[in-house]
Amino acid sequence: MLRFIVRRLLQLIPTLGGLSILLFVWLQRLPGGPEYALLPDDATAEQRAQLRRSFGLEEPLTVQYLAFLRRIVQGDLGTSLMTSRPVTEEFMTRFPATFELAVTAMLIAVAVGVPLGYLAARKRGSALDFAAVGGSLLGICTPVFFLAFILKVVFAERLGLFPSAFRLSPGMSRTDLSGFVVLDGIRTGEFDVVWDALLHLALPGVALASIPLAVIVRMTRASVLEVLGEDYVRTANAKGLRPGTVRTRHVMRNALLPVVTAVGLLTGSLFAGAVLTESVFAFPGIGSFIYAATQTRDYPVLTGFILLIATLYVFINLLVDISYSLLDPRVRAQ
Amino acid sequence: MPTTPSSQNRSETQDAPEHTDATDERTPLLGRKAAKIDRLAELMGRREESDHGAGVWRTALARMRRSPMAITGAVLVAIFLIVALFSPLIAPYSPTAQTWGAEVFPNRNVFVGPRAENWLGLDNLGRDQFSRMVIGARQTLLVGVVATLVGFGVGALLGGTAGAAAVLGGYWGRQVDNVVMRVIDMMLALPTLLLAVTIAALVGPSLTTVMLAVGVAQVPIFARLLRGAMLSQGSRDYVLAARALGVRKHKIALAHILPNSLGPVIVQSTLTLATAIIDAAALSYLGLGNPDPAFPEWGTMLADAQRFLSSAPQLAVYPALAIIVTALGFTLLGEAMREALDPKLRK
Repeated sequence: MLRFIVRRLLQLIPTLGGLSILLFVWLQRLPGGPEYALLPDDATAEQRAQLRRSFGLEEPLTVQYLAFLRRIVQGDLGTSLMTSRPVTEEFMTRFPATFELAVTAMLIAVAVGVPLGYLAARKRGSALDFAAVGGSLLGICTPVFFLAFILKVVFAERLGLFPSAFRLSPGMSRTDLSGFVVLDGIRTGEFDVVWDALLHLALPGVALASIPLAVIVRMTRASVLEVLGEDYVRTANAKGLRPGTVRTRHVMRNALLPVVTAVGLLTGSLFAGAVLTESVFAFPGIGSFIYAATQTRDYPVLTGFILLIATLYVFINLLVDISYSLLDPRVRAQ
Repeated sequence: MPTTPSSQNRSETQDAPEHTDATDERTPLLGRKAAKIDRLAELMGRREESDHGAGVWRTALARMRRSPMAITGAVLVAIFLIVALFSPLIAPYSPTAQTWGAEVFPNRNVFVGPRAENWLGLDNLGRDQFSRMVIGARQTLLVGVVATLVGFGVGALLGGTAGAAAVLGGYWGRQVDNVVMRVIDMMLALPTLLLAVTIAALVGPSLTTVMLAVGVAQVPIFARLLRGAMLSQGSRDYVLAARALGVRKHKIALAHILPNSLGPVIVQSTLTLATAIIDAAALSYLGLGNPDPAFPEWGTMLADAQRFLSSAPQLAVYPALAIIVTALGFTLLGEAMREALDPKLRK
């Protein structure tokens, strides 16, 4: 097991190295470049050239890349043009908010999606199956920001059931240990804060969950259908095992393996979805900051955040791979 | 064989081409996402043998004719295409003329709903909403098609090169394939919408940017798909026969392997059109869409209308419904095509 983890970790090095080259080539050398992004449209050619020099863009490419890499390794991703604070610091202060939102969305998606997909497969061809499949197709085709807006107008503004913006109600005081509002609240025993934070997470969480939910429903359904047709399920039933045992030990255990992988892969799309959801609900996380950065063309923030998110994504998938090998011994054997 | 927990395992337990496994082995993190794409590629390749006589596409078409999903999708897509292509003939008024500007006062919550002369009412500037929706369909089609073509073109070039090199290029060909696919796998690690947002934000908002940004984000999927399909074709007897006859390698790749490998890529194009329409709407919502007000576009209309969501929800609902229905049409059609081509789902 340890060898498996070490091997996977070593394999990350070329992936991350390649990722940095890819981002460097794409983002540093995009048409336009910082001299267009940062300067007003009427800037002179001389001003543009000077800015290019100050960014080191006139140096040979290899020199630029090595400098870029050195800074990345030292954790220096530049300074935000909006706030004049280091990009890494901006990322770290906003990460807990988005993390809580993403976990909420994933929990909703798994808690609803897996049972729904299972039931749809068991009752294949029924009205429930039709509704589950149709609903998930609809979910994939609905723009996330529109869903977020509808939820906000109906449940926050019209019905007043949930707050419409931010992580906590104004005036709510809390002891800040780590930036994770819910976790901190549980550790310090401030349960009014926990409840308030959960209320604020509900609507953006549901909006963000829509796409992973749709994918998980369809994936679980397809996977359960496949497993139900396997010989070992027939054998298990034939030798008189209780239906509940067959369901949990034989069907679900095998059917959920691809779903575990999907959860890891969907995490990447959660960060993209967070840009849309967070900006609708003024949720102070990574997504709304990226949105602000797109509006002001905050060059260092955009490049830095996408690199950090891609790295995060690679690590999440490493965790998924490891948990997968724990669930399925055959993966370890290869 | 017990169960098939993932598509990766599936491709390993069956007779998938060895090159596929080689790449997956080295990039395990992305291997599964990649393997999922490869699976679609493989399906096309394997089908033919079991089907004596009837062609792949003919049997698939026959099955699609019986599928309500395919019919619904095709009808929705057909309506969308007709509206988009003939929009100047259908739209009764100019989409940009503020003809009824004196009747609408957004700041006093005075809006005009559907009526005889304006079927969908007026927008916040007194323009005919129906005409804007119809003309907007054309923009949506343009963005969707060009973005898909960019993804298809660049992806097919990369994937096709890698596939051809791996099948016909011997040792060095496999090295070329390895390098290209490693780059593709890294691209797969970047969330597509986030990538599109970043590109659009850095290059600046314009129609071209949206189409390029959304298209570039689709490149790795197409590349992976075409390469997989070409690898599964590469081990076929007809390739061996062509080589034995001394047909030139580039001719085998272009005239024999490529045409037989395009099936899954075409299916994916249909699905990508839906994604491209939704992603383009998201970019417009973020203010990164076409800034030219002369061209109404559903995503921009939806984003603009959200300011009036509580007083005039219909202004947001029309473009939102149009986006959802169009994307649904392409998705249904694409999914039905995929099912029709998948031998596992045939019964």
